[in-house]
Amino acid sequence: MNPVNYLYLAALLFTIGAAGVLIRRNAIVVFMCVELMLNACNLAFVAFSRMHGNLDGQIIAFFTMVVAAAEVVVGLAIIVSLFRSRHSASVDDASLMKL
Amino acid sequence: MSASAVHSLWTTVAAPGAEGGFTAPHIEYAQLSPTLIVVGAAVVSVLVEAFVPRKARYYTQLFLSVVAVTAAFAAVVALAAGGYGTTKAQIAAEGAIAVDGPALFLQGTILLASLVAVFTFAERRLDPDAHGNRVDSFAAQAASVPGSESEKAAVKAGFTTTEVFPLMLFAVAGMLVFPAANDLLTLFVALEVFSLPLYLLCAVARRKRLMSQEAAVKYFLLGAFSSAFLLFGIALMYGYAGSVSYARIASVVDGTVKQIDPALADTMGNDALLLIGGAMILMGLLFKVGAVPFHMWTPDVYQGAPTPVTGFMAAATKVAAFGAMLRLLYVVLPGLRWDWRPVMWAIAIVTMLGGAIVAITQTDIKRLLAYSSIAHAGFILAGVIATRPEGISSVLFYLLAYSFVTIGAFAVVTLVRDAGGEATHLSKWAGLGRRSPLVAAVFAVFLLAFAGIPLTSGFAGKFAVFKAAAEGGAGALVVVGVISSAIAAFFYIRVIVLMFFSEPKADGPTVAVPSPLTTAAIGVGVAVTLVLGVAPQYFLDLAGQAGVFVR
Repeated sequence: MNPVNYLYLAALLFTIGAAGVLIRRNAIVVFMCVELMLNACNLAFVAFSRMHGNLDGQIIAFFTMVVAAAEVVVGLAIIVSLFRSRHSASVDDASLMKL
Repeated sequence: MSASAVHSLWTTVAAPGAEGGFTAPHIEYAQLSPTLIVVGAAVVSVLVEAFVPRKARYYTQLFLSVVAVTAAFAAVVALAAGGYGTTKAQIAAEGAIAVDGPALFLQGTILLASLVAVFTFAERRLDPDAHGNRVDSFAAQAASVPGSESEKAAVKAGFTTTEVFPLMLFAVAGMLVFPAANDLLTLFVALEVFSLPLYLLCAVARRKRLMSQEAAVKYFLLGAFSSAFLLFGIALMYGYAGSVSYARIASVVDGTVKQIDPALADTMGNDALLLIGGAMILMGLLFKVGAVPFHMWTPDVYQGAPTPVTGFMAAATKVAAFGAMLRLLYVVLPGLRWDWRPVMWAIAIVTMLGGAIVAITQTDIKRLLAYSSIAHAGFILAGVIATRPEGISSVLFYLLAYSFVTIGAFAVVTLVRDAGGEATHLSKWAGLGRRSPLVAAVFAVFLLAFAGIPLTSGFAGKFAVFKAAAEGGAGALVVVGVISSAIAAFFYIRVIVLMFFSEPKADGPTVAVPSPLTTAAIGVGVAVTLVLGVAPQYFLDLAGQAGVFVR
């Protein structure tokens, strides 16, 4: 199968993720959409790696997974602390500083 | 029988070369020592959190952080003195990290700014004692719900969040790598290494904790969003050039690449990959420097984060991100400058004007400084656009000047307090000059430096940047820059007028007497501001010598 199709899939997943970040209102869901974007990047890396016949892209995909895992740790800590103090994870409710 | 003889009874040596073909990577530890020192100290600092008794942690952490940052700065100076900034500039760690003039200059700036920021982090005399324990700007226990019993118990027990020191050291380590990154993967990892601790640091304010947590969530979600864009840009760029190394991508962009295999020939003909990829990487970097239209997070995060963190973030992040942007545009994409210059022109113009105009309407001093930092990002972008050697050196100088003014200004903000903590509303600053002339005068110096009044570092920096931009053929940009400087001067002067020429309110805030730590931070800020303003030539020369990237 032509690896270019995987690039289209990656772009589609990335767009879905980006749209989700902009549309969804729950911080956890927004965060999951960001993770979807990162995974779309991984797919693009691996597809390009296949096209170019070198391993750089596959190695980078591993780095991305590690970074994404670290981001989950930090992100969930922040979102959970927000949820515990407000009993809501909605990003619309977080508007203390709105002018 | 010897061990090897026994071994050879039932094994045989494979054909020579079978296990060959792998060479261990060559790491230049000496050239990487500034980063390694800070990373090592950060790891030790985590162990300190685990094993040192609570009473002794604060002093241990403070000592460790100061020693680490100072040692790393000494290492940077030693490398620069050894000629690594000029003649011996090289690419270290198997092509991952560049050791050259701009990298060393920016690393030195980041380390000095971090040293000053450590002092403001460690300040424990501003808030009144809680249950006989001195408290700093950070929550007693960041995990406990604001206003809950567990928070009260933590305050009573005298807990402090000394974790801010290891977090800060990790952030500094990432920032040291960021402007020196010489491939896109290192760029991305360094970005995350400095961003993740900053997200956490934003969430741990002692006062106004809901606001602080909100700032952290906003910064985190938007930061993760922007770094996903950066990563997709890297993926497209990798697809275009078949490599993430800066030198390799630059040669593919120029068309000077040797050995074109069919796959590369196929992808390098596809300009969409290059243009979209480059734009997305730039987007990620512009988010970090807070340029319009990627600035939305700046005011909220600057306002909500604990003020020492805001100062650190405003200064050091900007230095690191502009360093990375310079390297990307000047090393990787100079072949594309006819494509990116118009875009950056537009961004610089809206950033300068947007930051300056919106700042006028602000009523909170931290938000005001946030919008001012957006405007300054625009001024620095004018220097980036110059695409001349003077462009690099003027940006380096501007970043040096700007970072100390920023940390100093935010340190002054921590001093002006009322019962609810810092009194950040502008109306409360009325008449501050009557009540505490010294603090108001110091703040006025910082504001004048932000405004770019002669004899302050701000003027020297702006002059250098605008001169480079004008010589680079961006005259119109300089005109817009001067206009927005004038607009910006209006609101800086307005704050000065408010402080000195209006009557103090009866229930106005008090100015806390800081410990030598904050005093030192503010003193260094004023000293650097005046020295760089009165006698900038030495530092301009230094930045000029440092202004050549290694490729």
